[in-house]
Amino acid sequence: MTAPDRERTTDPPGTPLLELRGISKRFGAVQALTEVQFEVSAGEVVALVGDNGAGKSTLIKIISGIYRPDHGTIRWKGREVAMSTPNDSGALGIATVYQDLALCDNLDVVGNLFLGRELAWPGGPLGVMDEMTMERRAVEVLRRLSVKIPSVRIPIASLSGGQRQSVAVARSVMGDNQVVLLDEPTAALGMAQTHEVLELIKRLRGQGLGVVLISHNLANVYEVADRITVLRLGRWVGVYDARKTSREQLIAFMTGAVPGTAEVPMVSGGVTGDRTGAS
Amino acid sequence: MSSTLEHDPRVIAERTGVAGVLRAYGRQLRQGDVGQLPVLVGLVVIWTIFEIAADGRFITPFNLVNLTLQMAAGGTISVGLVLVLLLGEIDLSAGVVSGLCAAIMGVLSVSVGLPGPVAAGLALLVGAAVGTFQGAWVTRFGIPSFVVTLAGLIGWQGAMLHVLGRTGTLNLRDPFIISLTGTFFTGAGSYLCLAVFVAYVAIGPIVTYRRRAAAGLAVPPLAFVAVRAVAVGAFATAAVVALDADRGVSSGLLFLISAVIIVDFVLRRVRLGRMIFAIGGNAEAARRAGIPVQRVRIVVFMLASTFAALGGILSASRGFMVNQSAGGGPVLLNAIAAAVIGGVSLFGGRGSVWGALLGTIVIQSISNGMDLLSLSSSIKFMITGGVLLTTVTIDAVLRRSRTVAR
Repeated sequence: MTAPDRERTTDPPGTPLLELRGISKRFGAVQALTEVQFEVSAGEVVALVGDNGAGKSTLIKIISGIYRPDHGTIRWKGREVAMSTPNDSGALGIATVYQDLALCDNLDVVGNLFLGRELAWPGGPLGVMDEMTMERRAVEVLRRLSVKIPSVRIPIASLSGGQRQSVAVARSVMGDNQVVLLDEPTAALGMAQTHEVLELIKRLRGQGLGVVLISHNLANVYEVADRITVLRLGRWVGVYDARKTSREQLIAFMTGAVPGTAEVPMVSGGVTGDRTGAS
Repeated sequence: MSSTLEHDPRVIAERTGVAGVLRAYGRQLRQGDVGQLPVLVGLVVIWTIFEIAADGRFITPFNLVNLTLQMAAGGTISVGLVLVLLLGEIDLSAGVVSGLCAAIMGVLSVSVGLPGPVAAGLALLVGAAVGTFQGAWVTRFGIPSFVVTLAGLIGWQGAMLHVLGRTGTLNLRDPFIISLTGTFFTGAGSYLCLAVFVAYVAIGPIVTYRRRAAAGLAVPPLAFVAVRAVAVGAFATAAVVALDADRGVSSGLLFLISAVIIVDFVLRRVRLGRMIFAIGGNAEAARRAGIPVQRVRIVVFMLASTFAALGGILSASRGFMVNQSAGGGPVLLNAIAAAVIGGVSLFGGRGSVWGALLGTIVIQSISNGMDLLSLSSSIKFMITGGVLLTTVTIDAVLRRSRTVAR
């Protein structure tokens, strides 16, 4: 099913949707990112890998507008943009699904999919919600993504981990979002549920979205990613074609056993990598 | 590209039919969402006990009208508390704020000589201001609402004593204020009220059912919707017929039911209500979804205190007076107890205002029944405490099973 998509996306034509160049970010004495490059195009899955402290989290937070880079440019569809708040990134069409999913357990699936952007008339907090249209659209989106849940009127609390992850991902494509960032989407899932989520990622690509996958699990990365961006100690190692790079090579790039495309100089002195959180 | 997408109509397996509804209810029970069934059962038990113990004096038109009058003030305070509880917050000042606002209305009406509507309106405004102040304090400084409203509980009590001054008891004579709870609707008037109530509670769901069915959305079996509508309609009709046999439907009861219906509508159908549930369920998720969490919190504290003020006004209207004990004693705890008995979770995000109404009926039935039996207030307090402890325990235990079940 995904073969034609892979064909098209291995070498993305034209301008990438999102393009970061020369991104640096410093937290006090810690140089979290140094001259990092990243790009993702429509209809491809780009994995972002690296050992703990490689700077994945910092980069994700820059893309989602939580942090501002100290240096470097961010281009959206070729146009340079400034992102200083999560709203800026959301307005461009970038959605982030964090590890904690940020779902309200007590609300049903429809309520969560439309959380914060309920269809209501008149607008504003006192608008009366149009539950029927919201439900119809929710069903549409879930069908489009082939998400299997017992009912859209079921509270999130009664869904499995994989189903919750799927709902969180579905929410990220509810707006006109074109790039979806998934932070460790399979970390807490069993095998069947992991499979479910990976299939969902392939469907997002199939629908022309740019997907950024952050994962520790290289098996998952190889199953869905078209290209793999490697970070190490806050520096950009390189971006590799998932089909042409073996897992051993990738691990060598991640650990620094082999210098990457960027010819990373050996770390000396102050560069200690990303200490801003578990990536 | 779209040809690669396979639309499988079965992926969202909406279970329909009788079995589906039963299974859904079973799932709800397992998750600790027991709905209103236990309260209804408890209410039947309580009414039966009192009817037998009081030799048939409990379920009489006269006593039922008294019960509705007793419910109005506490029930209204409870409605406001539901909003706060849904956020996972608490308002301990609701009782004394009701007393403070009643005192302000009394002083404005009796001592200052303002017309009743003006005095009552200003008292409501003071309630709103008090709530806004407390809500702003909670959100601005990040202090738990328990502490802020505990300070309010003490401080507003002092404010009320200050407002009443040396007068002690103010006797209300303003016809408007007296009429707030002292107006009774009988005959056509009471049946008009009944019609509005049944339209919202019983016919509303049927209309929704038809619209959903017409739009091709999943619907519960028509039999369930119909049975529920008939049951609610029959109960409401029986209640109105019984009340009509005595003095009729009091305006105090109408205030309470209107408050319940309006707040229920806001909670279920209006965006603000969805925001309140979302914040109570996961405040961080709500914040990330762009919901103005702090502003919603302030609004909710404002509404809660305004409903408390309304409750205080109704209480004063019913008693024809305000004195230094207004809003004190069991008023606050009964209002919280009513909400909790009605299934409103103290941990936020779960509950309905109908539950608070049922809880109010339970609390006031116990109080009323024990008065009929001429039990001393020592016994009354102990029994009410026992009922509250039991229901909060049920809530906690069910919540634990809900977490474990995940």
